[in-house]
Amino acid sequence: MIKLNAINKSYSIGKNSLHVLKGVNLDIKDGEFVSIMGSSGSGKSTLLNILGILDEYDSGEYYLGGTLIKNLNQSKAAEYRNRFIGFVFQSFNLLSFKNAVENVALPLYYQGIKRKERNRIAMEYLDRVGLTDWAHHMPSELSGGQKQRVAIARALITNPKIILADEPTGALDSVTSQEVMQLFKQVHAKGMTLIVVTHENEIANMTERIIRIKDGVIDTPSEKTNMLTGTEA
Amino acid sequence: MDKWQEIFDTISKNKLRTFLTGFSVAWGIFMLIILLGSGTGLQNGAENQFRIAAVNSIFITGGATSMPYNGMPVGRRIELENEDYALLRASYPQIEWMSSRFFIRGSINISYKNKFGDFEVRSVHPEHYLIENAIIHEGRFINQTDLEEYKKVAVIGTAVQESIFGDEDPMGKYIKVNGIAFLVVGIFEDEEGGYENRMVYLPITTAQRAFNGKGKIRQILLTHNSSSVEQSVMLTANLRNYLARRHNYDPSDLRAIRISNNLEDYKRFSDLMGNIRLFIWIIGIGTIIAGIVGVSNIMMIVVKERTKEIGIRKALGATPYNIVGLIMLESIFITSIAGYIGLVLGVGLLELVGGAIPRTEFFENPEVNLAVAISATMLLVTAGAIAGLFPASKAASIPPVVALRDE
Ligand SMILES: Nc1ncnc2c1ncn2[C@@H]1O[C@H](COP(=O)(O)OP(=O)(O)OP(=O)(O)O)[C@@H](O)[C@H]1O
Ligand SMILES: [Mg+2]
Repeated sequence: MIKLNAINKSYSIGKNSLHVLKGVNLDIKDGEFVSIMGSSGSGKSTLLNILGILDEYDSGEYYLGGTLIKNLNQSKAAEYRNRFIGFVFQSFNLLSFKNAVENVALPLYYQGIKRKERNRIAMEYLDRVGLTDWAHHMPSELSGGQKQRVAIARALITNPKIILADEPTGALDSVTSQEVMQLFKQVHAKGMTLIVVTHENEIANMTERIIRIKDGVIDTPSEKTNMLTGTEA
Repeated sequence: MDKWQEIFDTISKNKLRTFLTGFSVAWGIFMLIILLGSGTGLQNGAENQFRIAAVNSIFITGGATSMPYNGMPVGRRIELENEDYALLRASYPQIEWMSSRFFIRGSINISYKNKFGDFEVRSVHPEHYLIENAIIHEGRFINQTDLEEYKKVAVIGTAVQESIFGDEDPMGKYIKVNGIAFLVVGIFEDEEGGYENRMVYLPITTAQRAFNGKGKIRQILLTHNSSSVEQSVMLTANLRNYLARRHNYDPSDLRAIRISNNLEDYKRFSDLMGNIRLFIWIIGIGTIIAGIVGVSNIMMIVVKERTKEIGIRKALGATPYNIVGLIMLESIFITSIAGYIGLVLGVGLLELVGGAIPRTEFFENPEVNLAVAISATMLLVTAGAIAGLFPASKAASIPPVVALRDE
């Protein structure tokens, strides 16, 4: 599903340049549920943003589902983000002036799907995250966990190839974090590929594989043998 | 269709922002309409004043020569005669209304019973009252029959009536002018008021016969139907040449017979109009510029404020084109509606004020040229759109990571 070959990324701060990703190689298979860990400032978000086509990389190659993602024009990038990728952010990033259904339906607006149809589909996805009764509430009327579930429904609605989540539980208490992770597990059980950035071991341990990033490269990958299916049984 | 739905949504759920953007546009258009309307009101008032004071009228008055001519000396008296009146009337079809004026020589005593006063007497033709804009309160003015039959009739001004008749009705009573009795057949009031109302009018033929006039007249006044200043100047020159030939004096001698028309008044008037128009334009352009600056500022702030939203939309698949379209359509929609509201309110207020305030000499019938108002609104809407285009396309090209980081 995802293949990274020698990805390099630097940020220039004034005259200096900060080399964050120093030749990252990574393979993530279709239907995998992985977590990315690493110390603060190690480049986890940078990597995830590149995977999400929110940012560009300096050199190397990035294949998403067999398509080379490189030097895309803005419209093409927008289309790929819309079709292939679902985002879940630490700070939810819901539009404050839209209610839950409208937020969930928004990606379909950019696919040109009619309002009625989008809202119908959005209701289905809200049902999947257990928020049918909250469909017409504004984000300000929802708890952190509820907001994150709305964001997950929004990420899922286009049926993307991958879900990218940058510290999705970072702003949540441990009970709510568990709810969110349970949701991810359900999504994964249906065959979706998920990548979760986290610095909580507890969260990482609920994924199939932990990718550690250190000094700008992937640290020796430690395979975790199907712990997920084990605990679920 | 769906695009508009999305825009209505965004607009209706961001009421304060919508209001602020809309308000500045509505206010700008409203002020512009009020200004343009007031300007037109001033202009109408000035036009009206001009209409009362200075019709296309020419005064011809006898005088004395100031230049030698054909061996004749300077200082020769030139008097107008009844024949001048008749000849001019017959020769110049441009003349609309015309009257002579004959004044009684020496002191004048006007009395009724035992009351008397010091009034002016003008002996005139019937059309005189059309030139002077006198309003007949009762009875009639001097007419053609009075002239032909040398009737001893008089038309008196309201000031004369008050002073020698008091509460008594003057109609059908006789007043004495230097001892000769004249029947009062009419009472008038002049629009100019004051001095003009202390006037007694007599038929010119009767007066010339009764007071030893010998066919001489003091003044001829006339109005003409020339529409342009050039025509008016030409008529004046023609009259001067004609009279100079008839009375044997140098046509360039302006003192022999004085001919004055309202050109100077006209000049003053047109200068005033020019200034009013300039004033309207300066203020109007200033208002539009202020509106454009206001809209640009708001668009800049709106786009800045929405950076995060733009980032989110881009992460969900919005193309730069989508983003620019959203912001532009929103801006055009709000400014159009607001502009329309300002237009309606402004025109409404003008109508209300125009109907409510009494006509004065300086302000009358404020109104606005709708085509100008609509063009101004469209200009503002377009300016708002263009002003929004730069920040919108800038925002649309910010990489999503950067936009999302915005707090
Ligand atoms: N836009 C930017 N410009 C300059 N430097 C940046 C930019 N974004 C990130 N960095 C730097 O790059 C490094 C990696 O940042 P990144 O956000 O990827 O770290 P992270 O692993 O996600 O950290 P955290 O766990 O704190 O979220 C950091 O040193 C950060 O300061
Ligand atoms: Mg991070």
